[in-house]
Formats: sequence, structure tokens, C-alpha cells
Amino acid sequence: MNFRNFILHTLLLLLLGLIQILFLKNLALFGVAFCFLYLLGILNLPIPIPHFPLILISFGLGLAVDVFYDTIGIHAASATLMGFLRPYWLKATSPTGGYDDSTKPSQPEMGIVWYISYSLPMVFAFSLVFFTADQWGSGSFFGILNKSILSSIFTVALAIIVQLLFFKRRRGI
Amino acid sequence: MLRILQFLYRIRSFLLFVLLEVLAIGLIVSNNSPQGAAFFNSSNAVIGSALKTRSDILDFFSFAEANEVLIRENALLLEQIKTLKQEPDSLPIPLDSAFQSQFQFTGGRVISNSLRFAQNHLTLNRGAKDGIKPGMGIFNQDGIVGRVKSVSENYAVGISLLNTGLLVSSKIKSTENFGSVNWDGKNSKQAKMLYVPRHVKAQAGDTIVTSGYNAVFPEGIRIGIISAVNPASDPNYLDILINLSTDFSRVNYVYLVENNQIVELDSLYKKSEVVNEF
Repeated sequence: MNFRNFILHTLLLLLLGLIQILFLKNLALFGVAFCFLYLLGILNLPIPIPHFPLILISFGLGLAVDVFYDTIGIHAASATLMGFLRPYWLKATSPTGGYDDSTKPSQPEMGIVWYISYSLPMVFAFSLVFFTADQWGSGSFFGILNKSILSSIFTVALAIIVQLLFFKRRRGI
Repeated sequence: MLRILQFLYRIRSFLLFVLLEVLAIGLIVSNNSPQGAAFFNSSNAVIGSALKTRSDILDFFSFAEANEVLIRENALLLEQIKTLKQEPDSLPIPLDSAFQSQFQFTGGRVISNSLRFAQNHLTLNRGAKDGIKPGMGIFNQDGIVGRVKSVSENYAVGISLLNTGLLVSSKIKSTENFGSVNWDGKNSKQAKMLYVPRHVKAQAGDTIVTSGYNAVFPEGIRIGIISAVNPASDPNYLDILINLSTDFSRVNYVYLVENNQIVELDSLYKKSEVVNEF
């Protein structure tokens, strides 16, 4: 990862965090579908990023969002899990021939079908941990499952829309 | 030895993962008690000011409505003052300590609020500087809102009534039967009243108010109206569903209430070995 990419990703993480805190905090479709758009920042990090910093970034981002949500630790725990699972899931979903070293796991570069199959389970894992921790002891299992499924679908849909609108497709040589 | 170190180095990312998860769960648990003071929350100065700026901008659009509510509230209070205030008599009677005001009120503004989680919190723009202390009650013109959890110099974080960890001592206004109001984490417009025995004649439409037993809220602040009464799974109690009178999606200006005699009450409870949780 060169320096320009590094700066771009830092800015992207900051921007997504800000949007999450300022606009998406109380957004919930029908009271059940939440939006965790900042996960896009973790999902779209370059593929060759080492595992160790990836987990640290996820934890830091989760904790930063937590502080504003007053749900200290819940986002951090779920985002850390997602950061931990990412390399394994990337390996599992790799297309024939493997990844190009310079590609990013984003919708414009990999296509919409691959992106859904990559991001939906990851966001679902995040949501499942998030709502389990949030409703610990008070919610029913089906309530948690319901919220997790709808939230992951909503988050992925919004993530794809954001990428279609704002992310430019890089021209390969 | 070297083999062990090599092995540990190989699984370093897994170890980091476990470490961070344990740290996060520790944070969740330590933050979960309704009274516990937390370090990382939105009462922090930087975060508080960011949230305040956001709220300043958003509140601009609801000024007219807020004004309307305040005017109505003022009119009501003026009316009450008129009835309470007596014409000066020739003989002034000094009030003795029994008449000393037990509760003190201040105002504040909610700068951040959530209602979609199972543990909801709100942030206020008043802090220790303005005399806010942990444990104070929060309510607005419609009914109760929550309770202050922790305080920083300029901001305070409160637990919303929409938090499964908060129990509010309450009573049915018409029959004076008391119980605890607790949110079940499902609908932000409804809560449950617990520990009301079977023989009580509660009906849909009865008003629920605070009981004044918990020494946080004065007696008679509205909580909601009963919408359904069913026999609970526990054969001793009723299952009472309440429509909350406060609209938590629009909580903006709130009042804070402090009990001046809470120290005295607490020491009395301690001396007589009464465990008074709420």
C-alpha cells in the first residue's frame, strides 16, 4: 500500500465514522433495520493488509463509534470479530485464479454478485454479535435474528449504493 | 522455549483478537450497571461538544415547537403560582423545616438520544458545573425521561427510561397500588409495570405516575397510561402494559430534579438495614 492509498483510506474511515455518528445513529427502518455503514471502511481495506493491524483498526473504529453511541464495547467487540474473520472469508470467497495484488475488495472492482456474497455474511456476523450483546438477557433469539438479518441486508444495500455513487472504477492497464 | 515463542508469534493475530474481545466485553460489563461511572462516554468534553454542535443545528428546526410547549408550560405554572401565593398577612409565619422544599429543579437540553437499542442513553448539555449530580431524575412536560448516570464538567449522561436496566418506582394514580415500571426492550412507546399483585383492579385507561418512594422523583410525575392488563405467567402478578406519555423520539428540553434529603434518607435506610434499590 503506497502513501496515497494510506491517506485515502484514513480519510475514508474518518468520513464514514462521522456519517455514522451524525446521521445514522437513530436511523432504523421500521425500528429493526439498522445501518452500520462505517463497516464499509473495514470491508474495503486492501486485500494484502496484514491481519494484526486489521484487527487493531477494527477495534479502534468500533470503539470510536461506541463512545458516541454510549454503547461502550459493543461495537468494538463486533467490529473486532469482523476484522478477525475478514482474511479467512476473503480466502473462502476468492475467485478462480486468486486475487490480483492491487485490487481492493470493493463493488466497482469485483462486481456486485461477488461483493454481496463477500460482505453480507461479514455484516451478518457483526450484527449478530452486536444485537446479542445489546439485548443480553432481555431479547428473544428470534428478535435478535430478525434484527440481524434485516440490518445486514440494509447495511449492504446502502454500502453498494454509496459505492455506485461515489467510488470511481479504477482503470486497469 | 524458542518453539513456544515461535508458535505464539504464529498465532499472534488470534491472540490479539482474543485480547481485544476480552477488553471489549470487560468494557460492556463495567458499563452495564445503571449507576456505575464510566470514563468513555458521551459526557467527555470533546465528544460532548461535537454532539452539542450537531444538536444546535438540528434544534434550529424545532424552535417553534419548543417555544409553543414552553409557553403552555409557563401558563400552567403561572396559574399554580396564583393559587399558591397568598396576599401578605399582617402576621408573617416563618416556615419550619417540615415545609422546606425537598426537591430542587433545573432545566437542561438533550443533545444526543437513542431509542432503538435495548440500552438507550441520552446526553445533556449540563454538567457538574451546573450542579448536576449522578442519580438525579430527568423528566419533561409529558412525563419522566430517565435518570442521570454520570457527570463531567460540562455534560451529563443519563439512562433513558428506554433502558432495560432502569426500574422506576410507580403507582396507579386512582388506586394507589405501587409497582415498578421497566422497559422490555421492544417498542419505544410502551413499557411494562411489574410487581402488581393479582387482586389489584387495574384497568386500561388508568394513569401511572411516580410513587415518590424511590426518592429520585417527586410523587405524581406522569409515566403513562395503561393500555392492557393481562394475567402474567407468574401466578402472583399482573402483566400490565403501559403507553408511555413521553415521546422519546422528540425529547428536547428537560427538567432535572434533585432530592435534597437523599443523603439523610440513605443513611436512615442503612441504619435500619433496609435495602432500597430503586
